[in-house]
Amino acid sequence: MLGLTAMTIIRLRSLFAVVMLFSIYSLLTASLFMVLDAVDVAFTEAAVGAGISTMLMLGTLMITGYREKRPAHSPILPLIVVVLTGAVLVWGTLDMPHFGSPDQPVHQHVAPRYIDDSPKEVGIPNMVTSVLASYRGYDTMGETIVVFAALIGVLSLIGIKKYTNKEPGRTEKPPESILQVAAKLLIPFILLFALYVQFHGDFGPGGGFQAGVIFAAGIILYALTFSLKDAMHLAPPKVVKVIAAFGVLLYGGTGIVSMLKGGTFLNYSVLAHDPIHGQHYGILLVELGVGLTVASVMMLIFYAFVSRGEAD
Amino acid sequence: MMEMHLPVLQVIVPLLSAAICFLLGRGKLPWMFATLVSWVTFAISILIAIQVSDGSTLQYELGGWEPPWGISYNVDQLNALVLVIVSGIAAVVFPYALRSVEREIAPEQHGLFYTAMLLCFAGLLGITITGDAFNVFVLLEISSLSTYTLISLGKDRRALTSSFQYLIMGTIGATFILIGIGLIYALTGTLNMADLAERIPQIESSRTLQAAFAFIVVGFGLKLAMFPLHLWLPNAYAFAPSVVSAFLAATATKVAVYALLRFLFDVYDVNFTYEAMQVQYLLIPLATVAILFASIVAIFQNDVKRMLAYSSVAQIGYMLLGIGLVNATGITATLLHLFNHALMKGALFLALGAVCYRIGRTSIQQMAGLGQQMPWTMAAFVVGGLSIIGVPLTAGFVSKWYLILGTLENGWWPLTAAILIASLLAVIYIWRVVEVAYFRERPEGAPDVKEAPLSLLLPTWVLAAANIYFGVQTDFTVSFAKGAAASLLGGAP
Amino acid sequence: MDTLGLFNYWVVIFLMMAGFYTVIARGNLVKKIVGLNIFQTSVFILYISLGKVSGGTAPIVSDAATAYSNPLPHVLILTAIVVGVATTALGLALIIRIKEAYGTIEEDEILAMDQKDEGRE
Repeated sequence: MLGLTAMTIIRLRSLFAVVMLFSIYSLLTASLFMVLDAVDVAFTEAAVGAGISTMLMLGTLMITGYREKRPAHSPILPLIVVVLTGAVLVWGTLDMPHFGSPDQPVHQHVAPRYIDDSPKEVGIPNMVTSVLASYRGYDTMGETIVVFAALIGVLSLIGIKKYTNKEPGRTEKPPESILQVAAKLLIPFILLFALYVQFHGDFGPGGGFQAGVIFAAGIILYALTFSLKDAMHLAPPKVVKVIAAFGVLLYGGTGIVSMLKGGTFLNYSVLAHDPIHGQHYGILLVELGVGLTVASVMMLIFYAFVSRGEAD
Repeated sequence: MMEMHLPVLQVIVPLLSAAICFLLGRGKLPWMFATLVSWVTFAISILIAIQVSDGSTLQYELGGWEPPWGISYNVDQLNALVLVIVSGIAAVVFPYALRSVEREIAPEQHGLFYTAMLLCFAGLLGITITGDAFNVFVLLEISSLSTYTLISLGKDRRALTSSFQYLIMGTIGATFILIGIGLIYALTGTLNMADLAERIPQIESSRTLQAAFAFIVVGFGLKLAMFPLHLWLPNAYAFAPSVVSAFLAATATKVAVYALLRFLFDVYDVNFTYEAMQVQYLLIPLATVAILFASIVAIFQNDVKRMLAYSSVAQIGYMLLGIGLVNATGITATLLHLFNHALMKGALFLALGAVCYRIGRTSIQQMAGLGQQMPWTMAAFVVGGLSIIGVPLTAGFVSKWYLILGTLENGWWPLTAAILIASLLAVIYIWRVVEVAYFRERPEGAPDVKEAPLSLLLPTWVLAAANIYFGVQTDFTVSFAKGAAASLLGGAP
Repeated sequence: MDTLGLFNYWVVIFLMMAGFYTVIARGNLVKKIVGLNIFQTSVFILYISLGKVSGGTAPIVSDAATAYSNPLPHVLILTAIVVGVATTALGLALIIRIKEAYGTIEEDEILAMDQKDEGRE
């Protein structure tokens, strides 16, 4: 299935169809992740690949046009490079431990501690969250900053066009369409669900990143059904920018507080008298930081893309 | 108490400052703040270097989890040296940035520019200091994403395409590294570098391990512009804003070379790299071709910035050649050149930035007669140029000297000859600029130019002077490079 | 058995190469980004496959489970997905600017224009 979709993407020249197929590809990947027990990853892939990426690509196509031209040069050289790389990989896998067998090194070293001890040491049942926010919390901070860096890039490249209030404002509101009414009903639930995902990440799949994406999706739905201007009125870019930076600082700040309390950077155990409680507070705070940054960055990037498209 | 936290402060100070810088808005405030941060960071790197100068290593456990379960920072002489050079260059470039950026970048983007600079800076430091293979990938992406942004801020529209080209190549490189790390992880179950170093010798003959090695070398090869994977570099450096070219040319490729060294000799070990994979037979031809070919291409460039960029490709060739020599002198030369090349390319690009500040472009014809009109700027350019050539009493001489010693140690005469020929080629391309600047009249009707302002000259001369200082006083660099080379070749740390 | 145990990896490699090919062989910039995404996504599948244990369940503590899949690759890939979307956003923003500056997003046409620019200098 995946292979078929990928091949079609290469062949097709209608970029719109390519993007739609890519979205399907992402969803297929997400379901594959489900089968492979990676629920958190599946959740994220669905939200990001089929959601955010697709939307951004469509936003870009709106500006750049939908057709791809026939490539002029021959595909021989790239084909050789690709086949060579693939051959190295296949050759490399010949000595790989077999798929799914429990005695491969991946399951023997390092991981057992996460599986056996993390519920005791960190005190939350979702091991992915423990590893993400505590054992490898520093990577996650890096990840938040990567998102932040993307925001800096997008803002400096295309910026967010400001809407002046001089345009003839709508004095009387036009009647709402069915879509708008439906969205109005739906959006509070989306936002509520985002909060649930945010704070329930300790127990079930979910966490700051997924929650951030969902929250942003709620606002984006609002922007799509009403207008960008309305959305910007609801969540003004200026405020959202501050929140984006605040999220990063909240994450880093948690680390610094744990340094001041005598631990190393991001050692949550020292945050409270009882290490388990400390871990709990720490994870809660950093996940909140991730959620805030991700939600606001996604919203801002969306604003930037759409306001650029409307300006043309 | 502070001392214990130095390794982590090294990275999080600039990293978190970036978020604060973002909030500072427009005006001079972001610049002042970023400059202050770069100085603090430089001070931290020096304190770290003092701590490890006796050959000891520092370890810092992030999150309080001991490796391999958590992520750890490990500092030895090797990365202490790289930390000093990266933060040192930053400490010089940030003060310089104010005037140059005012001229080259729209005012509303200054806040974003300094934020991106800080992110890039922090990312580079993070790659250097970390002891965790996956963490390298994350910080690599922080620095890469901000680098793409910085390059795209160049005035010419070609800045956009070069940035995009770099984005594609860089991401392929990063993904290759990710595949490589994934394969190693599949075999060992760990991501911590020291832990990997312990486990890899047990499975040395595995084909998967060798495939992983290939992917990591190609991945970093893309990042450090190893010939023939260098195609992104000349355009990126030529069209980026002057400050960015100077900063990237002096630091980014150096950090990638460092990361490659770390993987070749610490994660894998000497035996694997030289005997099982025979990496020297790949590196030596590529490096030799890079040195000669890129130097020749440099001679034919009209844009001086692009000329320097091709010269960088050649200089990276020297560093890779040092690795290919399979002896301690060669590695020492690589490390020395890593340090010294940062100084010379920094000085050259900053001098060029000052020229650009006054005349608005950097094509060679436009520089006619500048020797009289901007004497200090051009003098700094000449000092940097002499160092690139490798004239005695400059930093460039020291590293080339060790490189030549390394080739002689193996009795590889043709390589010695190649290095000397490339030095002659460097004489030619530097001379072209000197000839135009000093021995030609200013073209008719060209406006008079004044000397560059002090805030540009001073940083440029700090680096130019460093080229001379480290050419005469070699104790610090040579002892660090030798210590680091010995520990790299000595097997697992 | 020997090949069966590795079959999953080979499918992943096929996908990787399909994406990689799209990146380097196609001239349309948007398509390059799509290709890059496919390339990265397939690497994600590689990692997640590593973490799977036959008979295991998702790594969330429950009484019914006897074996859990390895949580570490999941964490790494969560990070990598985020990095991927960040790169995509930046790349697309660049494409928009390129379209505005050149009027096209076909690599060949852009190259031709650049060469003309250089000739003029």
